[in-house]
Amino acid sequence: MSDARTAEFLEFVQAGGQVETDDWLPDEYRKRLIKFIEMHGNSELMGVLPERDWILRAPTLQRKLALTAKIQDEVGHCQLIYRVVEDLGKPRAQCLDDLISGKSKFHNVFHYPTKSWGDVGVIAWLVDAAAIISQKALLKCSYAPYARVMKKVCWEESFHILHGRDTVLAMVTGTPEQFELVQEAVTRWWEPLMHFHGTPIAAEEDPMVHWRIKSQGNEDARQQFLDGYVPQIRELGLELPDPKLRRNDEGVWEYTEPDWEKLTAVVTGHGPASQERLAFRRLSRAEVDWVSKAMLPEAA
Amino acid sequence: MIYEVFRQERKGQPFVHGGSFHAPDRPFADAYAREFYARRQESVALWVVPRDEILEIDEFPDEFDLKYRRVDGYSIKARLAIARERAGAATSSSDGEGP
Ligand SMILES: [Fe+2]
Ligand SMILES: [Fe+2]
Repeated sequence: MSDARTAEFLEFVQAGGQVETDDWLPDEYRKRLIKFIEMHGNSELMGVLPERDWILRAPTLQRKLALTAKIQDEVGHCQLIYRVVEDLGKPRAQCLDDLISGKSKFHNVFHYPTKSWGDVGVIAWLVDAAAIISQKALLKCSYAPYARVMKKVCWEESFHILHGRDTVLAMVTGTPEQFELVQEAVTRWWEPLMHFHGTPIAAEEDPMVHWRIKSQGNEDARQQFLDGYVPQIRELGLELPDPKLRRNDEGVWEYTEPDWEKLTAVVTGHGPASQERLAFRRLSRAEVDWVSKAMLPEAA
Repeated sequence: MIYEVFRQERKGQPFVHGGSFHAPDRPFADAYAREFYARRQESVALWVVPRDEILEIDEFPDEFDLKYRRVDGYSIKARLAIARERAGAATSSSDGEGP
């Protein structure tokens, strides 16, 4: 009976159907949704830490305000996304606990340090560009409340990309030292960016695609990123640290196979800045504990 | 408490569900709603409603098949064809009888 119900559900979502919070959801679907959406929420929250480091070091007031606005957006994305997880059955406090204990994960790109203002531009431009590709594909997610949240998220992300590109353009048209800072940042971020969309698992074998939580395979997303951004990077005279990177005659991007074991190590807390970031999140959770106790009597 | 937000993008347009947030009381709900859903002037008005106050109804059985209230309750094709045929026959016969 339950299996027939699951089969019917699967058929419905695979045909493009969308479901709501109160609908009957198979256990496996709910579990996968929670894990995936929670990791997305974690990433929005952890993603502001590298940028936060630069608020006080932003080169102009305008840049400082723009960066602060971006950070506010990202934290807002986190709260929106955690709300979706909560309605699926996992409370926000539990998400935060699992994040700081290392039980749940966050995206690979937020496990790396930032070395200069060039990184800030490259992150807002290219990391957000890679993210928006994944997020746009989630607009068709079979779980409708998540898809609806993505509409607002994608709309705000477009400002982030422009803020990043503008920052990069200001630097590449500046002094040779400024250009060099961007070049160094691009070189540093290329490997994490190539890791970003995950291993090239075939879409048909991807359980997330199977349940139509995602509508796009990992390699598709990466190809879309390369197609959109490699030309934009190269036209500025910037070089990418992969001699094999090229678009072949069939229009497919070829590249040096990234080190996938390294990706696994990074997202399981062994990245260069993983532990420092988690420690900071633990600290701020403890520091603001009194606020939630004061505001929410039930949390006291 | 969880509040649901409905936002209007332009005057005259319907309010559409935008999302939800936690707030301890109405003044905080007011502040959060502005901050989350209108800080870039993307909304001209917001309806902020405690989730518990929303009456959700999502089942609409049609036990008696009351189709006559809908356009798909009427299949006029066959009858229209007959009516046209008759009217056509009448017209052509009256043509024949004319002076
Ligand atoms: Fe975001
Ligand atoms: Fe962003």
